[in-house]
Amino acid sequence: MKHKRLLFAGALAAVTIASAPVHGASRDYIAIVGSSTVYPFATVVAEQFGKTTQFKTPKIESTGSGGGFKLFCGGVGVEHPDITNASRAIKKSEQEQCAANGITDIVEVKIGYDGIVVANAKTADQIKLSRKDIYMALAKEVPGADGKLMANPYKTWKEVNPSLPDVAIEVLGPPPTSGTRDAFVELAMESGARKFETLAEIREKDEKDFVKVSHTLREDGAYIEAGENDNLIVQKLQSNPHAFGIFGFSFLDQNPDVIQGSMVDGEAATFENIADGKYPLSRPLFFYVKKAHVGSIPGIIEYLAEFSSEKAWGTDGYLADKGLIPMPDAERKQYAQSVKELKPMAAPK
Amino acid sequence: MQTGNQDTPFNKEFNKRLKRRYNAERRFKRLGLLAIFIALGFLAFLLSTVISNGYSAFRQTFIQLDIFFEKSYFPNEDLARADYQTIIKSTLREQFPEVTSRQDKQLLYSLVSNGAAFKLMNMVVKNPKLINTRQLVWVPANDDIDMLMKDKIDMSQPESDRRIKDKVFSWVETLASNGRITMKFNTTFFTSGDSREPELAGILGAAKGSFYTLLITLLLSFPIGVAAAIYLEEFAPDNRASAFIEVNINNLAAVPSIIFGLLGLAIFINFWGIPRSTPLVGGLVLTLMTLPTIIIASRASLKSVPPSIREAALGIGASKIQTVFHHVLPLAMPGMLTGTIIGMAQALGETAPLLMIGMVAFIVDIPGSITDPSAVLPVQIYLWADSPERAFTEKTSAAILVLLAFLVVMNAAAVLLRKKFEIKW
Repeated sequence: MKHKRLLFAGALAAVTIASAPVHGASRDYIAIVGSSTVYPFATVVAEQFGKTTQFKTPKIESTGSGGGFKLFCGGVGVEHPDITNASRAIKKSEQEQCAANGITDIVEVKIGYDGIVVANAKTADQIKLSRKDIYMALAKEVPGADGKLMANPYKTWKEVNPSLPDVAIEVLGPPPTSGTRDAFVELAMESGARKFETLAEIREKDEKDFVKVSHTLREDGAYIEAGENDNLIVQKLQSNPHAFGIFGFSFLDQNPDVIQGSMVDGEAATFENIADGKYPLSRPLFFYVKKAHVGSIPGIIEYLAEFSSEKAWGTDGYLADKGLIPMPDAERKQYAQSVKELKPMAAPK
Repeated sequence: MQTGNQDTPFNKEFNKRLKRRYNAERRFKRLGLLAIFIALGFLAFLLSTVISNGYSAFRQTFIQLDIFFEKSYFPNEDLARADYQTIIKSTLREQFPEVTSRQDKQLLYSLVSNGAAFKLMNMVVKNPKLINTRQLVWVPANDDIDMLMKDKIDMSQPESDRRIKDKVFSWVETLASNGRITMKFNTTFFTSGDSREPELAGILGAAKGSFYTLLITLLLSFPIGVAAAIYLEEFAPDNRASAFIEVNINNLAAVPSIIFGLLGLAIFINFWGIPRSTPLVGGLVLTLMTLPTIIIASRASLKSVPPSIREAALGIGASKIQTVFHHVLPLAMPGMLTGTIIGMAQALGETAPLLMIGMVAFIVDIPGSITDPSAVLPVQIYLWADSPERAFTEKTSAAILVLLAFLVVMNAAAVLLRKKFEIKW
């Protein structure tokens, strides 16, 4: 008998617990989703915000930029996130998706820049690359001497450019699901491809063909998809001085004693060069706020104020310590102003 | 097979075959031993890397500050809102009067963690009498200093290429020679939630999240699983429908766990409206995942109860349900509990389904109930492994050690329960 009662009591308790919270649907913390590149910065702000105000610490999910927009544009209400982080600007299709679900007022906030570095171990020599070199070393198809496209024949860096070392091309980088990969192919590969006349011709004829040629990375083992974990790439570079890795600037910033960034188009991957816009592989980072939630979810305005304060995103702010490249003063002021006014983006045309 | 010569059984032919059979046996034994050694080797490698990476996380660097809580720092009633950062900064300037330039001061302030200010705040709020007194306080050092103290920064590199500058190094040496810097047991690691500052990060939030999640899983999956097993084993008619259910349960046990996450997202979150990222929804999803395991284990242990027990009970006039609940179930319970604990251990280590329901998230506040957002232990490991700060590497390994410890305890409990209550027939 004892067992029966025990089982019954257990089941009853479980059912009561399970059915309780469905009634009280409210939320007293900010829910944030989005890019894994913005995650390390947004979390620092959230923690600071949680500790210095009476509000709860926001919950931040790392879903990737695309996944973040999908959740963000799901609708208005406590079950949907208030803010989404993105390592690229919102697409027109995503804005339309949002509008279709009743989210018309979105505040766009640029928070700073992130550099993408091509790095190798400290034990090897630093190399000087151009974007054309990067394209030639990593594209699946490159134009040959006759101008026709052919499968990438280059085995070593020296074959790509005689001034580079005579070691096999081996680059560890992010998989296609990653925002860093998107930015890398756009900033490095695509602009490298533009340097070829034959490819420029293709581009004039058909933009789509050009994008396909310039955005497709080698699949013959020279480019190795190393997963989303950049720490792993850093470790692999240390054990293999001939390999190169592609990742965000913050990982270079945290490990300057074991890895070094390659020069790209004559510019070193340093904080100053990225901030000045000299280093070519840099992209803006954003977050987007659902205006309809301001007021119903406590703390959004204060969180925005914390994020856009000089002590956070300023040149000496704590985000810079974590590797975020601040915007120039004028741009910072402009975005701080639009955050204050909660100025929504223009509707998609 | 040839039988060989009939009149002498121990002829050459036979001996040859016998030898071959012995050899085959010996080979098989060696292969088996080799397999075990390979497995043990991998396990030893895994454990030694995790331990050698992680043991240092249980100690943390602290810096002693000679803090004067001057009355002027506390202008208003609300002691929590005083500027504790300034108190720390002025204390550091006092301790290193030779530092004057703005840049050097910034470097100096970076010796101690952001968490130092919160420590002072807690001290003063708890005991307002501290105001206008001088206190020696041990505050956590910044993670870079901590890495330096643990020999994880290569000081042979040129100054521009390391995170510890020469000046900082000399200050740390000064502190060390005055006995003002030391390594202590890292209680923060066991008493706080996640943080982006490695020196402030702890696993209590994730551990509590795991606890609540498993509690929900246990409360739901154990009664449901056992009830389903009893019905299927003792009451269900032996027909096509039962066979169909059985096949499906066995299949469910092999379904990849991420699929349960998708199901959970569709039903529990989108349809029922249970809040994302909470132990409640995590527990529900893991219930789906562990149910088949528990049902299968429970059925096996019911099957192992000899039919004579049932026949004897029925024979002295017990009803079917009395037979099951008074005689069969108590004998099958140890096996069921073992299956449940193994299912729970499996659920404890799961991350894939939780990804779908938003439990892979940065959560600082320690969850106080099953509807507060929370992470779980394996998720915490995943998040730390992907953080750029070097000090998180050791935290990751330390969290793995804690998770392994939980798993060992749970599996040991399963073995003990079996040993204690097992009845051999």
